Amino acid sequence: MSFVVPNTLKGFGVTLKQVFKKPITQQYPEYKRPVYPRYRGRHRLNVHENGLEKCVGCSLCAAACPADCIRVVAAENTPTNRVSAGERYARIYEINMSRCIFCGYCELACPFDAITLGNDFEISEYNRDDLIYTKDMLLAPPIKRVPVADADLYDTPIPYYKEHS
Amino acid sequence: MHEPWWITIPKALIVINVVMVFFALTTWLERKLLGRMQNRYGPNRAGPKGLLVPIADLLKLIRKEAFAPIAAKQPLYIIAPVVSMFTALLAFSVLPFGAGWTVWGHRINGAVVNVPISLILIFALGSVGIYGFIVGGWASESKYSILGSMRTCAQLVSYEVSLALSVLGVVLMGQSLNLQAIVDKQQATLWFFIPQFVGLCVFMLGGVAETSRPPFDLPEADTELVAGYHTEYSGMRWGIFQAAEYINMLTLSGLCVTLFFDGYHFPWVHSLDKFGPIWFVLKLFTLVALFIWLRASQPRLRYDQLMRFGWKVLLPVATANALITALLVVAVS
Repeated sequence: MSFVVPNTLKGFGVTLKQVFKKPITQQYPEYKRPVYPRYRGRHRLNVHENGLEKCVGCSLCAAACPADCIRVVAAENTPTNRVSAGERYARIYEINMSRCIFCGYCELACPFDAITLGNDFEISEYNRDDLIYTKDMLLAPPIKRVPVADADLYDTPIPYYKEHS
Repeated sequence: MHEPWWITIPKALIVINVVMVFFALTTWLERKLLGRMQNRYGPNRAGPKGLLVPIADLLKLIRKEAFAPIAAKQPLYIIAPVVSMFTALLAFSVLPFGAGWTVWGHRINGAVVNVPISLILIFALGSVGIYGFIVGGWASESKYSILGSMRTCAQLVSYEVSLALSVLGVVLMGQSLNLQAIVDKQQATLWFFIPQFVGLCVFMLGGVAETSRPPFDLPEADTELVAGYHTEYSGMRWGIFQAAEYINMLTLSGLCVTLFFDGYHFPWVHSLDKFGPIWFVLKLFTLVALFIWLRASQPRLRYDQLMRFGWKVLLPVATANALITALLVVAVS
């Protein structure tokens, strides 16, 4: 029993010491912590330099998706309506962001690096319907951007498709 | 010089409202201080320094549905939190917070009412307040509630004995049950926390248990029980239980200040005594901060440890303290 009282008092000292320290909490909306360069956030659909879409509507991403949140409906490219560089293009490309688990299997499955996961995570909405991202939304640059940490700080290589797409 | 009878009414209104404001401030202070002791900020969004958080809490609780189980014993279920709140607020009425003033020829005493046995009254009110917890748990007609209220009941009854005995030494030295007389006696001799240090320790430990604050928060032990006696309460009914608990803590701190730290007097400088309420509140909040510090620092006791500590340590110490004080008081006089 003799050790109980001094140890109890020591506990008071520990808590009192913290009061005079600056809290370590990061104040989120004011300070946004830079995300890791390979952070998997909001998806993007990429286009070639000449403006043609990289996506050929093969649905491999939809097949790879474990959450089954991607819907692709393909259509043929015609000489008058050429959308993608391949034979076909994605007439409808939808990602249900409320189901997506951001595993990144879609960007691994994609043979043309058409879909990649960006770094943006501020994609919450008041309405579930607003979380179904259409092709236009995925092609457009994200509205809210987050700071990304310098890749040189980390020794893991950035994947090729993340850098060149 | 007697004070006119009607002065009690505005005084009571003011004291009740001031106590409610202090309750709101205490909840804010607790979060803020706990946050800082755990290396975080605590509330800092609602209002400057998060000071509007109690108001936000109030609005949220009032707008919530007052859900009641179908099987609940209706009148008792609603009355229970009211009883706790009523006794908690009423106990504040006998605490002297100032030396008294003379305004426009009228005498105003420094307490809402000055009864000859105010100390007994506070303890009696505390005991009645326990009914709120017991009846609330029983009338909810739920197993969790009834178990929680049984734990509450057992703990409060056990620790009330030590709490009352720890005060006995002060009563013997002050030679009165009137809080005003005890304060006057301390002013005439010395603050009772020096000769009654053991009594103070027992009083504080018993008081923490009586107000079911951590580390003696067995009645609502967040990690062990669902919520204790107020499991089936929601919305502002639950809020009233919480308010009663916090106001009990304020009352207990006020009682401790009155009994051991010379109430509303400023040390040594008697000319500052007319600002009595300020010193009273400062001393009171120092003790409240101590309560919060205790919560941040110590882990919760196990139930058997709680009972063993109450009956085998606190009670004998309180009894011995009362006996030795009695002998010394007789020997000196």
